[in-house]
Amino acid sequence: MEILRYFSLIIASFFIFSLVGIMSGWLDRKITARLQWRVGPPWWQNFADFVKLVGKETVIPYEANQAMFLLSPIIGIIAVTVTGALLLSSIFFNPVKWDLFIFIYLLLIPSVVIFLAGSSSGNVLASVGAGRELRLLLSYELPFIIALLVPVIKSGSVQIYKIADYQITNGVNIGYISGFIAFVVALLAFQGKLGYVPFDVSEAETEIAAGTFIEYSGFPLALLKLMKWILLSVGISFFVIYFMGGFRNPLTGILKYLAVLILIILIKNTNPRLRTDQILKFSWGWLTMFGMLAVLFALLGY
Amino acid sequence: MKKVVVPLGPYHPLFEEPEYFELYCDGETVVDIEWKAGYNHRGIEKLSESKHWDQVTFLVERICGICSTSHPIAYCNAVEDLLKIDIPERAKYIRSIIGELERLHSHLLWVGLAGHFLGYNTVFMWAWKYREPILDIMEMITGNRNHYAMMKIGGVRRDIDNGDIDIIKKILGELKPKLEMLTGSVIDDPVLAARLKGVGVLTAQDIKDYGAVGPIARASGVDIDVRRDSPHAAYDLVEWKVITCQDGDVFSKAVVRLLECFESIKIIEQCLERLKKVKGEIAIEIREIPPGEGIGHYEAPRGECFHYVRSDGSSRPVRHKIRAPSYVNIPTFKTSCVGETIADVTIILAGVDPCYCCTERAITVYDANTRKKLFNGRDLITLSQEKTKKLKKRLGIKDE
Repeated sequence: MEILRYFSLIIASFFIFSLVGIMSGWLDRKITARLQWRVGPPWWQNFADFVKLVGKETVIPYEANQAMFLLSPIIGIIAVTVTGALLLSSIFFNPVKWDLFIFIYLLLIPSVVIFLAGSSSGNVLASVGAGRELRLLLSYELPFIIALLVPVIKSGSVQIYKIADYQITNGVNIGYISGFIAFVVALLAFQGKLGYVPFDVSEAETEIAAGTFIEYSGFPLALLKLMKWILLSVGISFFVIYFMGGFRNPLTGILKYLAVLILIILIKNTNPRLRTDQILKFSWGWLTMFGMLAVLFALLGY
Repeated sequence: MKKVVVPLGPYHPLFEEPEYFELYCDGETVVDIEWKAGYNHRGIEKLSESKHWDQVTFLVERICGICSTSHPIAYCNAVEDLLKIDIPERAKYIRSIIGELERLHSHLLWVGLAGHFLGYNTVFMWAWKYREPILDIMEMITGNRNHYAMMKIGGVRRDIDNGDIDIIKKILGELKPKLEMLTGSVIDDPVLAARLKGVGVLTAQDIKDYGAVGPIARASGVDIDVRRDSPHAAYDLVEWKVITCQDGDVFSKAVVRLLECFESIKIIEQCLERLKKVKGEIAIEIREIPPGEGIGHYEAPRGECFHYVRSDGSSRPVRHKIRAPSYVNIPTFKTSCVGETIADVTIILAGVDPCYCCTERAITVYDANTRKKLFNGRDLITLSQEKTKKLKKRLGIKDE
């Protein structure tokens, strides 16, 4: 029975988060378009893109490491789906112990997958992109984890559901100074995880022509795209649960979700792309500093 | 040291045209750059020798879609220099109006593209949105959004209706605050400044060494502008100033271009005001072109555009030499790109606002000792076929 339950949880996670993620991806495209005086695609555009990509021919480069080239998108999909399932389990079922740490580890895998995908392509531009992705990973991971420490300090627990419960009695984390700073820091770091502007160095199309994804086509590309969409929805849901009090009231929950999403889209559309060295300086400098400040405030009880 | 070759091109999202740059990289740092041209060669100079004088105006207009009135103005200047004539005053104003409208749209186009190359697509779309009314004006007064066909040896081909002047002024008046907002948002953006300041610096000495022209030279503090230095059209009849910056980085190039837009609006507004008063012909009728030679310049949006024509008294030019601004601007990459990262190199390449179709030349390979041509067209095709065969063999593809 136990196994069946976990299995159904993973299936549910896949469908829920990919649906929400694809729609979030559409909202991203639509709002971006409206900000740029364009009309933007209809709501089913991302579904159509996905289906079309699935039907396209898969071309594997002659010099690619074939097994790794094809495996990495699948690993990515599995990783984000399990991440989503972990999030669902911490809300609905008996929670896994230490789930915050597992969550952080799992959230790391999509970036690693992008690195693997790039480095197994056998393309110069892809390997430049892979190198950039790794540097990006090193930059944002530090402030991200520091920022996530703040709710842990406040609630004294490393389980996501306890942190969510703590916010019912003590007010949402984002309402405190420390929580707010941590939220901003974590959101900016998450922007890097998503590979959105200003941190889209690994696929910068006008520099290295889609970089890590340059050789992908057909079904593997569809999977990589789906991975990014699921990561988007899982990440935002995590932010809502972790910092903003969760989905206890579905209506305000959806509003919170949309607010975070729109914030991400606005950051994406009002910045140019940074260089990798600038990202490293920014992350290990400003972001980490503010992260530490948030931790300090949290320890002082603000 | 092992170097990795990162190819930019021949087809790459960075370029609007087929173009090939080889970046020799050590990690992400570019240690050398190689430019390979020839993908777009159309033999315009040779074609021009087979057209008669009036047709060439339309031919040179098609050298480049963006600065499509710069070449005709420079060509007409060259032929008028040969003829030793002065065009009617009304034609002078109309030439300047068309030229400056083109500069406006070209600079806005560059700002948009530069934003796109930096991943700042909002600037891209907004700049192009603001460029749209200028194209509308063009359509209103010339009939085309591009390739205006306004220039003619001895004057201009179409008159601007005095009734249109107020509408044009109104559209330009509406454009001004938008342009100010765009300029402000580009100059004050801290992230853009972090990306562009101190990147791809060309000193005034570099500019002089390479003979670079246009906004690139002016961004490095070299105060040259053909419109002022060898006046033609109406540029000596109206008030305006040459914009210069001192730093020579990509940021200065952007600032120079954005501020030049305001100067262009100033020139157009003055010209329109004068047009209301100046009456008379818009062109002198030219019957025949006597033997002789002439040169003409024009300050295209990218710098000095130079045309040379020679006539033997027949109906066609016997020699027509064109030197587009990008031809001297592109070699500066050797100085500005080496030592920068790939991310910066892309914006440095774009910062010159290179126009490859203006620049393309055919390449002939000579033996250094005997001065004999090594390859003709036939040889190159044979070489290409052999390479294809080799590749097919390596990949195990059978011939059909």
